[in-house]
Amino acid sequence: MITLKDIDKVYQTDRVETLALHNINLDVADGEFVSIMGPSGCGKSTLLNLMGLLDRPTAGMLTIDGQKINGAGDKALARMRNEKLGFVFQSFHLVPDLTVLDNVEIPLLYRKIGGAERRKLALAALDRVGLASRVHHFPTQLSGGQQQRVAIARAIVGRPRIVLADEPTGNLDSAMGDEIMSILEELNRNDKTTVVMVTHDDRFAARTSRTVRLFDGRQVA
Amino acid sequence: MKTSLKLAFKVLARRKVFTAISLVGITLTLVVLVVAAAIFDNTFGASAPESRIRRMLFVRTVGQYGPNSSNTSNPGYGFLQRTIRNLPGAENYSIYGESSTAVIYDKGRRVEAQMIRADGVYWQILDFHFVEGGPYTAADDENDRHVVVLSEGLRDRVFGSKDVVGRTMNIGGSNYRVVGVVAPVAVTRIAAWSELYTPIGSLSAEERAAFMGHFNGLVLARNRGDIPRLQREFDSRVAREPIKDPKQYKEIRAGLDTPFDGFARQLTGNRQEHPALVVGSILAGLALLFMSLPALNLITLNLSRIMERSPEIGVRKAFGAPRRALVMQFITENVVLTLVGGAIGFILAIVAMRALEASAVIPDAHLSINLRVFLYGIVIAVVFGILSGVYPAWKMSRLRPVDALRGGSL
Repeated sequence: MITLKDIDKVYQTDRVETLALHNINLDVADGEFVSIMGPSGCGKSTLLNLMGLLDRPTAGMLTIDGQKINGAGDKALARMRNEKLGFVFQSFHLVPDLTVLDNVEIPLLYRKIGGAERRKLALAALDRVGLASRVHHFPTQLSGGQQQRVAIARAIVGRPRIVLADEPTGNLDSAMGDEIMSILEELNRNDKTTVVMVTHDDRFAARTSRTVRLFDGRQVA
Repeated sequence: MKTSLKLAFKVLARRKVFTAISLVGITLTLVVLVVAAAIFDNTFGASAPESRIRRMLFVRTVGQYGPNSSNTSNPGYGFLQRTIRNLPGAENYSIYGESSTAVIYDKGRRVEAQMIRADGVYWQILDFHFVEGGPYTAADDENDRHVVVLSEGLRDRVFGSKDVVGRTMNIGGSNYRVVGVVAPVAVTRIAAWSELYTPIGSLSAEERAAFMGHFNGLVLARNRGDIPRLQREFDSRVAREPIKDPKQYKEIRAGLDTPFDGFARQLTGNRQEHPALVVGSILAGLALLFMSLPALNLITLNLSRIMERSPEIGVRKAFGAPRRALVMQFITENVVLTLVGGAIGFILAIVAMRALEASAVIPDAHLSINLRVFLYGIVIAVVFGILSGVYPAWKMSRLRPVDALRGGSL
């Protein structure tokens, strides 16, 4: 589903060149649940951003669902993100000006779907994460765990083949973290959605089918 | 589009402080511009008694110029007779005097008022509304009859009552018979505003031939298409005018001007080749400058707002928003904001105009947002929305999603 071949990522500032990732080779199969672990600053999020087409590699080849990404234009990347990918961020990144329902509808705004259908799909996604009763609340009126569940509803509302989660439990206590982890597991098990998750927590990594370990931008396991 | 609009209203409603600050800037600018446009319209637009203003041409300045000296004045009666009489393509022409202060003696009381001396044709070209009586005639003028038309305001000041036609009043020591009373005219009306109107009457031979003096010429073209031809003929007549003192002066300059051209000619001292272009450019430049200040302010506000909303932009990009959709969303938000500001601005402009009329800063002005001024306002509002929305929207759309999510800098 996701293939990275000889991937390098270099960050260039005024005079300093930082090698964030070096020679990454990774295959994530369809329906797999992969966790990425490593110490802070080792390049976990950078790797996830590359897989999510939020950033471009400096060198190497990236393939998502059989499509080569190298050289694709902004418009094509936007369409791929919209159709194939869903994101869950550590700090939720919900839009504070919008209600829960409007937040969940965001990915559908960029598809040719009518308002009524969008609403129906968003309500179904919220129902799935157990938040059907909070649709008209604003994000600030919810707890951290609830906000992350809204973020998951937003990630899955467009039925993407891949969900990328960047420390989804990082800002939550262990009980809420468990809840989020269960939703991701259920998504992977029942929908066969491919899930790639960055985490610091060994307990959660142990619940995934495979763990990729990074150290100083290199893949060590 | 519907979604963008809905979103724009939601965002603006949630961000009350930003919305309020932006609205104040837009509204104030629009109020000033719309009021200025209304005053401009009130001065140069067609409205009684200058309903035919688009066909009216004026000669209000004449000058002689030499290397070391110059002399600029209102034209004299003789110069006007020689240059505007029977111009081909003209429907009619009139000569009227520059406004001057006259003194009215009324039962030991001394009342000062502005007076214009005008010929009989003046009343045919200008369509005054008479509340009493009517105008004097060409025959009254030719026979030097002492007749007068009053403004309604002066009638009330002097007589304090209605039905004054036929009564006499002492103007500068001579008795004049009142023949008519006209409804108030805005002071900005260049040809029509006065308080007293009397015939030109008898003039000395010298006055009849004078090159310079204190008169104005008014020509009514048959249609607007005739104006260039009239102006060419006028210019060739001016070129034939003899220069009285060729040692001192080398050139005579005068113009058969549209109202705005005449205004520009007076403003530039009759020295510019294309006065209307110069004054028009300065006015347009000032309007643009005046408009660009709040637009720049709005751009700065928008840029900081984008910084604040950077994670939202990152999220939208992450979930597949193409650049165009984001630019559209941002411009829609701005145009909605501008139009709301525009609507409030229009309401406040009406209030400001009523206050201006009531304050008598411009006596007897009747300012209103007519269709033309409304269109100026809409154009201004849309230019405003685009000016202040395009640059931030373009900058925003170029953010990489990963940078936007981090709250990256523009």
